[in-house]
Amino acid sequence: MSKTMSRRAFLKGSLSAAGVAAGSLPLAKAAQAAAADAVEPLVTVIDISKCVGCEECVYACRESNAEKFPEPEKPFPRMYPDRVPVQDWSDRREVTDRLTPYNWLFIQHASAEVDGEEMELTIPRRCMHCNNPPCVKLCPWGAAKQEANGLSRIDSDICLGGSKCKAVCPWDVPQRQTGVGLYLDILPSLAGNGVMYKCDRCYQKLEKGEQPACIEACPEEVQTIGPRSEMVELAKKRAKEMNGYLYGLAENGGTNTIYISPVPFDRLTFETGKGKPHMKPVKDKMAQGSNLARAMVIAPIAGAAAAFGKYYKRIKEDRS
Amino acid sequence: MIYGLTLLFITLSGFAQMPIFKRYYIADIPGLGWLAKFYITHSLHYIMASVLLALGGYAVTRLAVSGKGLSSLTFWGRAKGAIILGLVISGAIMVVRNLPGIHFSHMAIYVMNLTHLGLCMALLAVSAFTLVARKPWMH
Ligand code: SF4
Ligand code: SF4
Ligand code: SF4
Repeated sequence: MSKTMSRRAFLKGSLSAAGVAAGSLPLAKAAQAAAADAVEPLVTVIDISKCVGCEECVYACRESNAEKFPEPEKPFPRMYPDRVPVQDWSDRREVTDRLTPYNWLFIQHASAEVDGEEMELTIPRRCMHCNNPPCVKLCPWGAAKQEANGLSRIDSDICLGGSKCKAVCPWDVPQRQTGVGLYLDILPSLAGNGVMYKCDRCYQKLEKGEQPACIEACPEEVQTIGPRSEMVELAKKRAKEMNGYLYGLAENGGTNTIYISPVPFDRLTFETGKGKPHMKPVKDKMAQGSNLARAMVIAPIAGAAAAFGKYYKRIKEDRS
Repeated sequence: MIYGLTLLFITLSGFAQMPIFKRYYIADIPGLGWLAKFYITHSLHYIMASVLLALGGYAVTRLAVSGKGLSSLTFWGRAKGAIILGLVISGAIMVVRNLPGIHFSHMAIYVMNLTHLGLCMALLAVSAFTLVARKPWMH
């Protein structure tokens, strides 16, 4: 796919398109386009067969988001009980081989055996931007939010660093830095532990109609961003062309990131663990809640029916 | 009795939505490990909310068909009812927010979380008071 085409596809999905369209199209059509754009999230397709592992994207991400990185105050307040871990990355900002509060994107080195031959692949890893992000929905403070364009982000002014988002994230993406944020002003020893950081899809650039820094910087055009329907189609088409495989389309109920690989994902071997997410199948973590929510609608009606039944029975008994 | 148990579990599972039970060793107590499992406590909170809603539906209907309506409730009964209504409304909004494809403004999410937590504290305080001071729900 050429750069111009990917750019056009991207712009169609960004809010700036509404403005552009309004100038050139009849009003009704523009409004229609804007309405469609508003409901369709942006998806990135990451073709790992193209990635050469140069890390241009990693450094572009750092540069573009440097202002958002934590500047913790030291010494950190003592936290109780003692088991509460201090997580300090401020002296290890240069680490690029995993996710950290200062490294929201890293290159995972994977190998796979294809037809008896060893194959090396490099995979850019960061937040998947789930369709229904548990990190956002289950944050007890409301520190995280999802925007209509599908990106999820954690507000560093509100986050208390309890790390629940990481615990509920199927890929353990958000990373904590102790010694920053709101908890310092509340009960620093007893509640909270800093702020959680992760890829926010360069929301500040998207707002201006620009592409995220990692996408812009990549010399191999590994990533393409655009409206969901188009990107799903593109990912499927590319996968078909290379007899490849997709990851992210169904994981955790679907994510706004789709990886394409020439080898099945379960045959890729790479180091996983702290700050290094896996690529296993993931069930929809929020599905059970959504199902229970339906039962909740029936509950008060059932209660009311029971009371009414009792009342009716009593009246009948009184009459007889 | 059912109401009391529901209140106990809905509060426990509600507080478990905050990452505190692990930090404070409570989840280490044998039999309480589930309190630190967020997806389990999330589902339990929903189930308990359904039970509470069913009880609520039952109670409101009984009040309605009795013909006396709100007048049969004491001051404290009405106070607790109002708080529960607030919890139901703010809770329902959050349940809707948790469905896929729903985006609320950041402010709305924040305010709802704090309202729900604040009302829960209020209900606990009022319930503790009415229990100790033996103030009934109904005249
Ligand atoms: S991948 Fe993890 S951090 Fe990213 S949106 Fe999904 S749950 Fe949240
Ligand atoms: S979208 Fe932005 S924040 Fe996310 S990994 Fe790319 S450059 Fe970093
Ligand atoms: S810049 Fe592109 S080619 Fe280089 S590591 Fe990142 S995704 Fe791969």
